[in-house]
Formats: sequence, structure tokens, C-alpha cells
Amino acid sequence: MVSLTGYMNKKGQKRVIPGFGLTLGITISMLGIIVLIPLCSLVIYTAKLSPKQFIDIITGKRVLYAYWVSFSTAFVASLINAVMGVIMAWVLVKYEFPGKKIMDGMIELPFALPTAVAGIALTHLTTTDGWIGSLADKAGIKIAYTKTGIIFALVFVGIPFVVRSVQPVLTKMDNSYEEAMEILGATPFRTFRKVIFPEIFPALFGGFTMAFARCLGEYGSVVFIAGNKPFETEIAPLMIMSKLQEFDYTAATSIALLMLITAFVILMINSVIQYKAAKKAK
Amino acid sequence: MRKENKLVKWIMISICALFLFVMLVLPLGYIIYTSLSDGVKSFISSVTDEYTIKAMKLTIITTLWAVGINTVFGLCASWCLTRFDFKGKKVISALIDLPLTISPVIAGLVFLLTYGRQSVLYPLLEKFGISIIFAVPGVIIATIFVTFPYISREIIPVLNSIGTDEEEAAALMGMNGFEIFRKITFPHIRWAFLFGVVLCSARAMGEFGAVSVLSGHLKGLTNTLPLHVEMLYQGYDFTGAFAVSSLLILMAVVILILRNILEKK
Amino acid sequence: MKKLYGVLKAVTCFVFIMCVAVVSSGCSVNKKDYIINVSYDPTRELYENYNSLFEKHWKEKTGESIEIIQSHGGSGKQALEVANGLEADVVTLALEQDIQAIADAGMIDDGFTDEFPDESAPYTSTIVFLVRSGNPKNISDWGDILKDDVGVITPNPKTSGGARWNYLAAWYYFESQGQSEDEIIESMRKLYENVLVLDSGARASTTSFVENGQGDVLIAWENEAFLSMLEYPGEYEVVVPSTSILCQPTVAVVDEMVKKHGTENVAEEYLDYLYSDEAQKLEAENYYRPVNKDIAEKYVIQEDERVIKEVPEDGRWMVNDIELTDIEHFGGWKETTRKHFGDNGFFDRIYE
Repeated sequence: MVSLTGYMNKKGQKRVIPGFGLTLGITISMLGIIVLIPLCSLVIYTAKLSPKQFIDIITGKRVLYAYWVSFSTAFVASLINAVMGVIMAWVLVKYEFPGKKIMDGMIELPFALPTAVAGIALTHLTTTDGWIGSLADKAGIKIAYTKTGIIFALVFVGIPFVVRSVQPVLTKMDNSYEEAMEILGATPFRTFRKVIFPEIFPALFGGFTMAFARCLGEYGSVVFIAGNKPFETEIAPLMIMSKLQEFDYTAATSIALLMLITAFVILMINSVIQYKAAKKAK
Repeated sequence: MRKENKLVKWIMISICALFLFVMLVLPLGYIIYTSLSDGVKSFISSVTDEYTIKAMKLTIITTLWAVGINTVFGLCASWCLTRFDFKGKKVISALIDLPLTISPVIAGLVFLLTYGRQSVLYPLLEKFGISIIFAVPGVIIATIFVTFPYISREIIPVLNSIGTDEEEAAALMGMNGFEIFRKITFPHIRWAFLFGVVLCSARAMGEFGAVSVLSGHLKGLTNTLPLHVEMLYQGYDFTGAFAVSSLLILMAVVILILRNILEKK
Repeated sequence: MKKLYGVLKAVTCFVFIMCVAVVSSGCSVNKKDYIINVSYDPTRELYENYNSLFEKHWKEKTGESIEIIQSHGGSGKQALEVANGLEADVVTLALEQDIQAIADAGMIDDGFTDEFPDESAPYTSTIVFLVRSGNPKNISDWGDILKDDVGVITPNPKTSGGARWNYLAAWYYFESQGQSEDEIIESMRKLYENVLVLDSGARASTTSFVENGQGDVLIAWENEAFLSMLEYPGEYEVVVPSTSILCQPTVAVVDEMVKKHGTENVAEEYLDYLYSDEAQKLEAENYYRPVNKDIAEKYVIQEDERVIKEVPEDGRWMVNDIELTDIEHFGGWKETTRKHFGDNGFFDRIYE
């Protein structure tokens, strides 16, 4: 998954390849129907509020805390996924071992499993009488109904992102650098830091931001495992749902808009980093 | 040196195996284990229940629609984004990615605002007797939305890396667009495309959040499999819920295996 | 220019195809042989039974077959969906206020509470406690669940209709103890400090308590409590507190939709039949309190007992010795929502 913006045609090049009108037309109309019109209606709806009302809603104490919970847990979960993702991608690309195919094939499973089902299963596993929870309980750790539980669920949801972005880069990278470093006597750690890490960084960062954004918005699996206590384990998407239940459309859309802007900013940051990386590569 | 490497190798592999075991195998195993805890008979009866089958049909239809539309879109978008230069290209590519980062809850909400009863479009839709929200089209649209970028995201990097020389040559030789695409471009992107389709269909099958906002949970009408699972779970039918979930896992596994088989060929 | 023309052509073609696709799949059959009942979470079992009863009744009465399609979920969420165009013919929700919200959207004519007998509430319910077998924490009334070592499970009043009844029932108890407003808030704070999991819906709470083994006491709908006892015999006991609240789940015909579907008669009859003797019995058997006094009488528990250790075999489960307040006491739903559950209402203050 490399940046979409990485490729630039030379300016002024004559178009010999056909199909511009058709493909652009379809792309734009699909984007319009599926993405743009709905998102505009969100903005229009929020625009009914005065700026002060809008700010009051999005800076309510509970709302702020919910953001904090969402951000901190999503960040920790994506960080875990980033580390584990790199290790997993490394193992899958560089090593041969029995069961590798299965391991490789499993990575996408979290995508296919409904988040609610994942949430239910994880909750059952991590409560104090669950398979994992009872072990953790002996060590004095409570997982379900705490922030740890939220992180647990989010790690599950975010597994595929980093692995799948780093994997192709590692595959393409040839071994000569590493071998050279090894002959020069560098430690594996140094090799990783100096040679491999800079290479995979853009992909890693791309995967990380995707996982982060996904985790930030995750709802289905988290509501089951979180406990949903205000000022403790209440996440931002739940705030939107709870505002909806109160028929407070404007508040719900305001919070939604803020999250949407956050998502867009995250994407833009990623886009810039990918663009720079692509430029550097050239 | 060699020995040390081997040690590192196995440590790394076991870390991965442990991580995947705890995070993936255990939850999935738990689901299958619970679904069979009342015996195979009750498993079969929940899986062949009338409403389960209806939900499964809807899920398959939705997935086909989502994959179909996203295929057309994904091919077009990646063609036009990688083969041409134009103003607003970056904006378009960012917009395509946006659904990936939007909370499914928000996705549901925006469609509710756009096509729901309070929207300006509603009277128009009403006039033609079209219901989108809380009907099958709503479910399909929500699914298309959440799976929107999957195919194009897979194809675009590949198209970028192969460059345009071959296609330009073919165009100069007088081949038309579809021929170029079929004979020259497609063989290059086949695997990426297939991978995108796999991801897209896996995600489409499992989508819960957005669909749950837009479906209205009408039993036997707009319930997809994930919603059906939730419904069974809420109705104290835990083994039934897990049985239907394992059906979903099975479908996902089949798709993933299919991909592997195709990849080998 | 030519380029732009190409784009335009493609856009038009595409939009046209999309429209055709949507119309063809969205245009469902106009003549309906089913009606949609949008209800709240704990009524799944009740309506499953009632629907087959009604389908039979309708067949006998008119010779037509009818199918009832159910939708269940959190009461507020369900109301929201109907107000947004979910094509419900009838709604049977947990709170009058939720139906009011649909009426506010102009889909139900005013005065829906007078449309059917007993303020359009064919059955009522109340709030009780479900505790683990043997009642290890000795919980007998609201005061006991404030103790430090008691873990309480109740859903979030912001997202769950049932939870609002729970909250108000607790509030009323402290009020009846003669506490001032500040004292009540203090007591409520203590109660919610004891809450281990604040789920988003009544069913989710029950699951946390029953399946996941959280907490010592579940504050629940009476029918949910009995249902859990039925599902897990010998594991739970129902404790009926001295005071509680009369919950009146309201039913209504969604006027706009029945007109559109041409289902006025069957929808009307569907709700009306809820008051028939057969249906009232069915409701009582599903642990709702029927409004028909004569029928209710047959289900009242004989002994002077507030703790029900197992589901009574003679079917007598109703504890009548309970002081019930109602929503009027709190000034109606509109007032209550604003004061208690709105932004910076009492519930927010409890958590500050």
C-alpha cells in the first residue's frame, strides 16, 4: 500500500493512452454519490449551529474525555500493531518455516469477522472467568471493562494494516545491503536501524496511520468490552451514538464532523510523508 | 553468527505465533468451540434456520454488489489516477481513501442525514417510491462505502510501478482502450486486483457498524449475517449466535483459500 | 472542450445506470402482506409468541394471512430510525417519550396515548433486582446496593430506555426516604460509583451480569429478570424492592406509514388485540403485568415474599406489595429528560 500521490506524470506530456474521460467520469460520479454528497450533508447539518454552540458541544467535559480515551487507546493499540506488524512482516518475508502459509493467510481474518462478533468473543475471553482473563487475573490484571480491554479489541481490529503495508516493501528489498552490513561486522540491530528501518518507514507509517484512524472510529467491538463508563472507558463513537439516542442530532453531527476532520488530517499527514518518501526514492 | 541468526529466527517466529495465537486463533477458536458446545445438531439447526438463510442470501447479494461496483470504480479510478495528470488529482486520491478512516458509525449517520426522512432528497425519493434507508439499497450503499478504497488501493501502486511505456506503445500502434487494458495492463495487475477483491469481499461480508445504522434490523428483510448474529446474541441464543459467526469465519476462510489457490496458478 | 464533453457523457451514463439499479432494487412490491413492528429490546420473546397468536387471529377473522416482521433494539435508537424513515406500521417502545419523538417528526398523529385503553399501554412492567443465588451480598432494597462492596450492573441512561426507568426508580426510593435533592444526588453518585459496567442497552447489561459474571446485582426490567432465571435455573434470584416505578411501554400506529402501505386496519387490530384476554394472558406468561385486573390477579404471588428463588411452578410470579411511582411524579417525560438526562442534567452532575 504505497501512496496514491507518489506517481507524477511529466508535465505537458501528451495523452496517448485513451480512456481519460470515461474513467474520470465514473470516478467522479461514484465519489460524488458515495462519498461527497453524504459528507456534505454532514457539514450542512452542522452549519446550522453557531460557531459558539459548535465549540461548546465539542468541548464538553465528557466529550473531551471520550476523545482522550479514544486517542490514547487507539495510539497504544496501533503502536503495538506497528511493532508486531514489522516483526510479522519480517518473519513472513525472510524466513521459511512450516505453517507459514497459514500464518500468512490468517492476517486478513479480522477484516472479515464482524466487529461485533469479535467484541463478544474477546469480552468472553477476557472477563475474569474467561480463558485469557482468568490467567491475567492471577497476575492482578483486569482486561475486560478497562482501557486494557479496549486496547485488546483495537489490536485485534488493526492487525492487518501494518503487516500488509510493510510486507511488499520487505519483499522488494534485496538482501545485498544486509549481507554487506553483516560482512562489515554490523550487529543485526544496527543493520535494522540503519538500513532496513529507513526503507520500510514510509510503509510502516502508512500502515500505522491507517490502523490508528480505523481504531479511532471503531465501535462494534469496543462497546462490548469497554464497560462504557463515563470519564473512564467511554469512547468517542459511543458519544455519537448516545447523542443520537437523545435525538440530539446536532451534537452527534458536531462530534462526527470533528472526528471526520481528524481522520482527514491524519490522511493528509500520511499523504505528505508518502509523497516525500516517493520523491526521495527518485 | 549463523547459529545466532537461527536463534533469532525462531524467537521471532515464536513471538509472531504467540501473538497471532492470542489475538486471532483464540477468539476464533472460542467462537467455534462455543458454537459446538451444544452439540452438532443444534449447530446445524441454527445454521439452517430460515432467517439465517435469508440473512446469508442478503449478505451474499450485498457482497456481490459491493465487489462489482467497487471493481468498476477501482479499475477506473486507478487507471485515471495513474495514467493521466490533471488538477485535483491529489484531492481525489485523498477522498478515495477517506472511507477507510471514517468510523462506520459516522458513515451510517451521514447516509441517514442524506437519504433519510429529514433530508431534502427524501420527498423526491418518496415520489418515485424508492426507499434507500432501512431497506436493501441502504445496506448495499453502506457496504460499498466502507469497502470503497480497497480495490483501487491495491492496484494503484502496481500501475505506478510498471509505468506507461507499454501502453503508450500499444496506443500508438492503434489498439483501442479496452484492448490495451485487457491485453497489456490487466496481466500486470491481476494479482493485486484479485487481492483487492478478496479484501473487499471479506470486509463487505463482515461489515457491522454502518450497516447496523442503516438496516433497521428487520428480521428476514434487511438483516445481514453480522446483524443476525447480534440479534441471536441479544436473544440469549449464544450458541446460535456463535454458530452463525463460525459460518462467517468459514466463508472468510474459503475466500482466503481461494485466493491462495488462484495465486499459485 | 472535447475532454470535458467525454467526462460529462460518462457522468450522465453512470448516474443513469446507478438510478436504474437503485430503482429496480429499491422499488419493493407495493402491496404488502406483512406489517412491521418496531419494538425495543426485552420484548423479543413476547412478540415472537404474540405474533403467531395474532397471525392466527387475523386469519380467522379475515381469512387473509399476514406476516409480522419484527425489529428490536434500544428504544431510543428504534424511535430514531422510525423518525428517519424506517417503514414501521406499528411501534411498541419502552417510553412514551420515544414515541413522542416520532410524533414530533409528524408521522404519528397527536393524542396517540388516548388511541388505545390505559394510555395506550397494554402491559406494564417495573424495575427489580436480579442477584446471584443465595443472595450473598444480602440485597433487599435500594439502600443495600450503595454499600461499598456491591458491584452493580445497569445500562447507561443516556442510551437506554430501560436504564432511565432504573435511574428514576432509584431516585424515587431516595426521595421517599425524605432526602433532599443534594442528598439524593449524593446517593445516586454512590450508586453509580458501584456500577461496574455501564452497557449501552438493557440486554447488553443482562449479558454482562449473566454470561460474563460481572457484579452482584443487576437492576433490570421485571421480565428480563425472570427470563434470566428461566434460562439459568438455580443460579439467580429476583429481589423485589419496597418501592419502584410503573413502567408503561407505549404502543402506537405509525399513521403516515400505514396510510402509505394501506395497512391501517391490520395495524389497528394488531395493537387492539394486545388487550384481548388471550394476549393479556400471554403477556403475563412472559412476565409483563397485564392491564386487565382480572387476568393480572391470577398471576399474583400468594405468600408474603419479596425474594423469588425460582420461577414459580404455579405461574404466580407477580409481587403486588410494592409502592410504585410513575413518570407523572417526575413531571412527565419531557421535563424529566431535560432535568435528568439532558446535557448538564442530574445524570451528568452525578459523574462530575
